[in-house]
Order: sequence, then structure tokens, then C-alpha cells
Amino acid sequence: MITIDIKKTLGGFGNRMDLLIKLHINDNEFLAISGKSGSGKTTFLRILAGLEEAEGYIKVDDKIWLDKKNSLPPQKREIGFVFQDYALFMNMNVADNLLYINNDKKLANELLEICEISDLAKRYPSTLSGGQKQRVALCRAMMNRPKLLLMDEPLSALDPDIRVKLQDEIMAFHKRFKTITLFVSHDPSEIYKMADRVILLDNGMIKKDGIAKDIFLKTSGSQKLSFEGELLDLIKVDVIFIAIVSIGQQLVEVVLSQAEAKGLKIGQKVKISTKAFSPTVSVI
Amino acid sequence: MNFTPFIISFKLAAITTLILFVISLPYAWYLSQTKSKIKPFLEALTALPIVLPPSVLGFYILYALSYNSPLSRFLDENFGIKLVFTFSGLVVASCLYSFPFMLQPIQNGFEGLSKNMLEASYLGGKGKLKTIFKVALPNMKSSILSACVITFAHTVGEFGVVLMVGGSIPGKTKVASVAIYEMVEEMDYTAAHIYSAIMVLISFTVLFVVYAFNKKAKSRLL
Repeated sequence: MITIDIKKTLGGFGNRMDLLIKLHINDNEFLAISGKSGSGKTTFLRILAGLEEAEGYIKVDDKIWLDKKNSLPPQKREIGFVFQDYALFMNMNVADNLLYINNDKKLANELLEICEISDLAKRYPSTLSGGQKQRVALCRAMMNRPKLLLMDEPLSALDPDIRVKLQDEIMAFHKRFKTITLFVSHDPSEIYKMADRVILLDNGMIKKDGIAKDIFLKTSGSQKLSFEGELLDLIKVDVIFIAIVSIGQQLVEVVLSQAEAKGLKIGQKVKISTKAFSPTVSVI
Repeated sequence: MNFTPFIISFKLAAITTLILFVISLPYAWYLSQTKSKIKPFLEALTALPIVLPPSVLGFYILYALSYNSPLSRFLDENFGIKLVFTFSGLVVASCLYSFPFMLQPIQNGFEGLSKNMLEASYLGGKGKLKTIFKVALPNMKSSILSACVITFAHTVGEFGVVLMVGGSIPGKTKVASVAIYEMVEEMDYTAAHIYSAIMVLISFTVLFVVYAFNKKAKSRLL
């Protein structure tokens, strides 16, 4: 159980923002943190880790990490932290990266096996791919058997198929070591798959707090299908218009009447929705 | 041919490099990590020897270390150390003169390290000292090598400060660069040629080794 009530003023002239977060996190919870860039996600994780100062109060079980008088240094918080850029010790091979944190060979071997990278133990980080590096970083973060595992967009620099594999490994670690896991991500499908709970940060505050389905599902009322996308092109063909809209990684073509096309501008955020038909889902 | 000036030059350079390395490590670490407002002031102060004419530096050092100065009197009375026209004085002057050449590459090395990498070590429960020696320094070997070699070479090559503070006492404070100057003055061109050629050869070899090593070190760490 973690209780958090913190305040920190961020940014310099012009774009000052107060990070104000009040939050309870239950044992063994997998909490995703989402929000636009600059909304304070990374700073929130860094305050939890003790890497940045803040006012307020953080209590983990019955230990106080932060209050008016004291701030426990990062060395004593026993946190596992996974950075977006891996942050491996470049002068050490994979095995030494793990053993430097805690000289427990049995645990190191077990972790490398879960991630299926035991054969990389003697390799140096500069010879590994991004996915392999992030696996090593994940294993290293578990070496001090942390109660709290913090991950700052760990998968956003990786290819989609490697992401899926790493999502499974992160969930395996979460279950195996019973950590409280905080995971920063922009990807709703990733969050839906992994997280028990999501908080949406906006301008330093928690704007929404709930389960992924409630927060990310965009349909409302009688709508059956609804997607948000960006209008890339609007082509006039005789009396109708064809709109090209980018949704996620895909392009969609929609036919519009002159009246509907009026008022649309290329580059706008648009919503495509339908009520009348039942969509079908089939295997590709 | 008398090679004593070379030996004095290299002895001076080796001692200066060693002393400056020990001093610069903690100072460079402090400068690389601090957010203090006095950082630019400290940086400007330590970079002064790069831009000042050696004669200006030599004059101030001579003035500070002369027999009548309070510092000099204190050192002489309490420790029996005399710093003008002695080898010890040369070491002090060289340390001041070559300080930025050691400090800046090491500071750049520290600043070039991934901040997250150092934080990963802290989060793993390791203190600053262990992080510096086990993570920071091994990941900036080329900066350390550059710093030491450039400091060494720069000290061997110094002329103005050495002449002003050390004079040119044969066997004590007469270093190679000063010896060449005197040879030319005495029109002993043969000796000047030999000495100068040796200087060029040594300097080139040293720089070549540094660049070759840096290329190798970079390819491994990237």
C-alpha cells in the first residue's frame, strides 16, 4: 500500500505548472500512467524514486519515504527503475550489469531465463539490439527484489512485435515478484492489456482514474464504432468528397457529401463514428 | 650530449599530471553535478591559464612565492619549503598553469555520461563513491587518457612560467624547452636541432597514441 500526496512546481518562466498528485496504490497493483508529454508523468516517477525533490508526503507500507523533515535517498528506497533509454552500465557485460546491483547469481540466472536472454550473459550492451537491452534493464531493475517497480515509457522506442513480447515479460515479473508496478505509456492497447488501473495526467493533475476500458473507450451513447484520427486529405470527386483519415497506424477513406465536407480542414483532429451498421470482427 | 633537461621536464610533467589528476577528479565531479550559481565563476577562474600570457601567470606566481610574501614566509618557517627557483616551485607553478588542461576533459567526460546510467546505480543502492569508481570512470576512459596526456604534454611544452618561476639552474630547474632557448641564444644549432627533433617526435607519438586509443574506446562504448 502506497500513499502519495505531493506537490512540486515545475518549469521556468511562462510555462509554470504545479504537479499535484494525491493517490493510493494497492499492493500488487499494476498502475498505468498516461497523459500528454509535459503533463508530469516522468517527474512523478522521479519523485517517487527520490531522484527529484518535492513537498508533501509519501508512505510505503509503514515506512515514510517523504515528509516535511525527511526524504529517504534513492539508495534506500529499494526501487526497480526502467528507463526509456535502457541506461545500462556500458562498461560491464550483461551478467555484471545485474550482479553489480546485487551479487546474487541464482536470482540473476533466473531473471535472464525468464526473459530468454541467458545466452547473452557475457555480451556487452553495445552489441545488443534495443529489445535485448531493455530486457537486460528489466532484469537489472529486479535484482534488488524491489517492492516498487517504476517504468518510464520502457517500450516506446521498440518495434511493435518486440513490444508485445516484452509486455508479457513485464507482466510475468509483476506476478512472480508481486511488485507494485507503475508504468508510463501512451499506448491504449498496451495499457488495456497490462494494467489493472490507469491514471490520466493533465497539466500536473490526475484528470481521470479508473480502469482502461472506461478511460480509453471512445464510443458514447448509441454509437457502435468511433475512432479519433487526423484528416490527411480532402479530395473533391464530382459532387462528393473523399476524406483520407489516419487512425493509429492505418489510413481510412470516407465518402462525404459537400455539406459534410464543408468546414473540415486538412490537419484537423476528427472523429469517425457510425450508428446504423453492426461491425463484424474476423481473423486476418 | 647532456639530457638532464629532458629528465627534469619529464619528472616535472609526471608529478604535475599525478597531482592534478587527484585534485581534478573531485573538483570536476562537483562541477559536473552542481546546479549552483557560482559554477560559471569557478569555471572561468580555472580556465584563466588558457588565455593568460604565461608571463602574467609567472609574474603573479613569482610575486606570491617570493621570499618576502606572507605565504612564502609561512611555508619556509613552518615546513622549510622554498618555492622560488626550486624544483618544488616549478611543480606548484606547473600545477596552476596546467590545471584547466586536466580539469576540462575530465569535466566533459563526467558531463557526457548518461545521467540515467548514474541514477540506475543510485537506485541499485550504490553510493556516490562506488558509482564514480565503478560506473562513471570506466565509461570515460578516453576522457581520462586525454586529460592526462594533454596535461603531461602541455607541462613538457611550457616555457614562460617555468623560466620566470624556476630560472634556469642546470640540473635543478632547467627544463628542455628552456634549454633549447638557451642553445639558440648561444647559437649551438646542432644541439637545438637534436633537442627540438626529440620534442617533436615525443609529442607526435603521444598525440598519436591518444587519438588511436580514443577511436578504439569510442567504438566499444557506442
